[in-house]
Amino acid sequence: MTSGTPRRSDQPRTPQGKVGKFFDERLTLAGPMRKQLNKVFPDHWSFMMGEIALYSFIILLLTGTYLTFFFDPSMAEVVYHGRYVPMQGITMSKAYESTLNISFDVRGGLIVRQIHHWAALLFLAAMLIHMFRVFFTGAFRKPRELNWLIGLGLIALGIIEGFAGYSLPDDLLSGTGLRIADAIMLSIPIIGTWVAFLIFGGPFPGDVIIGRFYIAHVLLIPAILAALIGAHLALVVRQKHTQFAQAGHTEHQVSGERVYPLYAAKAGGFFFIVFGVCAALGGLAQINPVWLYGPYNPAQVSSGSQPDWYMMFLDGSTRLMPSWEIRLWGYDLPPLFWPTVVLPGILFTLAGIYPFLEAKMTKDTKKHNLLQRPRDVPVRTSLGAMAITFYMVLFLSGGNDLIAKAFDISLNAMTWGGRIALIILPPLAYLLTYRVCLGLQRHDREVLEHGLETGIIKLLPHGEFIEVHQPLGPTDEHGHGQLSYAGTPVPKRMSQLGAASPLKHIRGFFYPVKEKPEIQAQLDELEAAEVQERDTEHVLESSAAGSTHTGED
Amino acid sequence: MSNEFEVPSEDELREMTPEQLMIVGAEADGIHITHRRDRFPLRGTKAEKRAERGVAAAFTLAALGGVGFIVAFCAMPWHWHLPGTPQNFRFFNITLGVLLALMLLGMGVGLVLWAKWLMPEEEVIQDRHDDPSSEEDKIMTEGTLITGLADTGLPRRSLILRSLGLAGGAIATVPLVALVGGMIKKPGNALVETLYKPNKRLFPESGGRVPLVYDDWRRVSPDDLEPGGIATVFPGVHKEIDGVNGVTSASSPTLLIRLRPGQKVQARKGQASFGWPANNPEYVAFSKICTHAGCPASLYEQQTTRLLCPCHQSQFEVLEDAKPVFGPATRSLPKLPLDVVTGADGAQYFVARSDYVEPIGPGFWNRK
Repeated sequence: MTSGTPRRSDQPRTPQGKVGKFFDERLTLAGPMRKQLNKVFPDHWSFMMGEIALYSFIILLLTGTYLTFFFDPSMAEVVYHGRYVPMQGITMSKAYESTLNISFDVRGGLIVRQIHHWAALLFLAAMLIHMFRVFFTGAFRKPRELNWLIGLGLIALGIIEGFAGYSLPDDLLSGTGLRIADAIMLSIPIIGTWVAFLIFGGPFPGDVIIGRFYIAHVLLIPAILAALIGAHLALVVRQKHTQFAQAGHTEHQVSGERVYPLYAAKAGGFFFIVFGVCAALGGLAQINPVWLYGPYNPAQVSSGSQPDWYMMFLDGSTRLMPSWEIRLWGYDLPPLFWPTVVLPGILFTLAGIYPFLEAKMTKDTKKHNLLQRPRDVPVRTSLGAMAITFYMVLFLSGGNDLIAKAFDISLNAMTWGGRIALIILPPLAYLLTYRVCLGLQRHDREVLEHGLETGIIKLLPHGEFIEVHQPLGPTDEHGHGQLSYAGTPVPKRMSQLGAASPLKHIRGFFYPVKEKPEIQAQLDELEAAEVQERDTEHVLESSAAGSTHTGED
Repeated sequence: MSNEFEVPSEDELREMTPEQLMIVGAEADGIHITHRRDRFPLRGTKAEKRAERGVAAAFTLAALGGVGFIVAFCAMPWHWHLPGTPQNFRFFNITLGVLLALMLLGMGVGLVLWAKWLMPEEEVIQDRHDDPSSEEDKIMTEGTLITGLADTGLPRRSLILRSLGLAGGAIATVPLVALVGGMIKKPGNALVETLYKPNKRLFPESGGRVPLVYDDWRRVSPDDLEPGGIATVFPGVHKEIDGVNGVTSASSPTLLIRLRPGQKVQARKGQASFGWPANNPEYVAFSKICTHAGCPASLYEQQTTRLLCPCHQSQFEVLEDAKPVFGPATRSLPKLPLDVVTGADGAQYFVARSDYVEPIGPGFWNRK
């Protein structure tokens, strides 16, 4: 890598050099561009969730644009004459007809429709799991509270965008969803009736809602989503990534690989992998087969009417809501209002204020660039587990009829079970998680103090059996480890300390790679030199660390 | 650390290799390459060749997947056919999916493996520079903002401030008014009335009372249903009003239930005569639109005489005048007053004596 090169001239001679000169004379790029090319990205699997969300958004834009070439967002009635025989002669809206046409009369249309739907499900799922990651590792703390809020906005808008999208085909399932959306609007106090009539252009269903949802789905919301995603990423670039605590990681630096070429290749590759998975799903796994549901008809509904997964928690909360209607001075406050308007409002508000609340409660005004291990912050971790449990009870209750059917349970028992679980399980989840966190913390301390279990049992001369423990570092006169916990993973198995693992050093997947003897000799020599260099470095590092290490715990 | 780093002179830089320049350039931006190692320090080893072949194989698969996709897209049968006829069109979507995935995954896996197997491994540390702005910066910016504001004179020219506020408010409000105003629709009686409202002009034969019809506009006769039977019926209003008629209007669907012998409906106050015959009802009719969220409450269990709404599982007891007995619904399904008339052809058919006496469907604020 260090072959000598001739002295560089100051005038570009290669075509690339000339292109560079052209742009630099106009944009003064060399400095800023170098800095961006060298930008450092930390490498941790949990950081890929946000990437999956971003890539599925791009897939949605690509496939969605394709679909607009064929979709007709009109509620005008037509009689179907397409290729799907069972629907022939049936009166339906143009929206539904064009969705059938995409599925049956456009060559390759079905797979794009299905990829689009799968990517939407993935988009929401990836955002939610990304949010969990950010929450449980404390990545939302100062200075990143703003990005936490933007992320919440993205999830809320993503849910609305998804709902608007799956409403467009105007099939029996989505029409039922729209009917409920209308009822939810009607349930808002004072202005509800006017809101519903404003959105639907009259009493449900009217003839404008599909057209309005269409422009919201393909232009308004995606534009806001794209702007928010841009802001989200801009803040990541500005504030740089968080990273897990480990040797060599500090609050003032970020460690990882540079964009060019390593990270660009990995991230670019990962985009194609996400797209590939969506394509496989679109080809192999049927999603939203609207031709089986039929066109929307207000007099019909099918049992097992479930919305897309990200709406299920609202469906569940609505099912669990007791029949409490409030009448005030001759006015009506329907039960639908609480689980569908108030509850999501509370959930998003709680999530939004959490970073500020936690900072206030813990009196923490510092900036944090190093992530925490969930076990080290048991209260937060347990609150998160509690929130997820609450969400999961709602989510499962959204499909409680399917569960009741599959396991032959009474539907009413499922509803009551859900109501009770919603109150009892979250606190239980809190307590359980708290205990688990403390247990894990203790185990970390124990390993640091007494060393790792080696699995070697020793018989002492007087007959006692003991298990040999491997200390992780220097020990005092009692054999107790002197390393203190530093917020990093503690090795729990001998193999993590480099103990013999027979498979590790065989290279090659199907058969071992055998180099020629003389080449192998050279390789061994290089490796030996490297090992020696590393050991010297290690000694230097640990002596340096030993002098600066303080017992913070 | 970048502050301490001194960029070498231009002459020194011109003597360096690209790699050295990269390291120096990174260092100049506060990016420190702490570890950098060629994964194959010896060129041309078997291990390196194998890694290279692996990456190339992934890219080749991607290319093959793409070619395969085009061939399948153009050549495979894809038209839907009824069961019983050749069903090979069913492989079309699956094949497209597999080949598309092969192309994309080949590309993706190839890129990732290329980076992981062949590109030099590295560990790089970048300084963050996320301290708040320097005091000097803050003070100077503060001064700039204050001076700018003073230059506008707003703090002391309250007349301009207030009128500007008004103008801004107007500019923000006008688009809102224009959009919302354009979209606004007065609810009026739309949530209270249905197409069952008597109409003398359309139905002179029955004295204006609206006949019940099936969704194919056949009139509903008392002989149509077996005891314990159920049918979805509609107001027989052909005329399109706002794009809907009696069969397509969302407020229309009504469940006509023929009770079994011996079954009696415990009617709500003032609604005892709504069934047919009025004195000892054998037929009752309820709005099919759930009073909770508006889904059709269409699953009727003959054994338990309960109506179930599949959306949120509200259950209504038919024998108690469709009173909600489980789930989130709070109100009974409104009952349609029934009567039977004999037509000019001598056939009997059901009519609605009047509209529903209460609003059908989900609740709303000003529901009486």
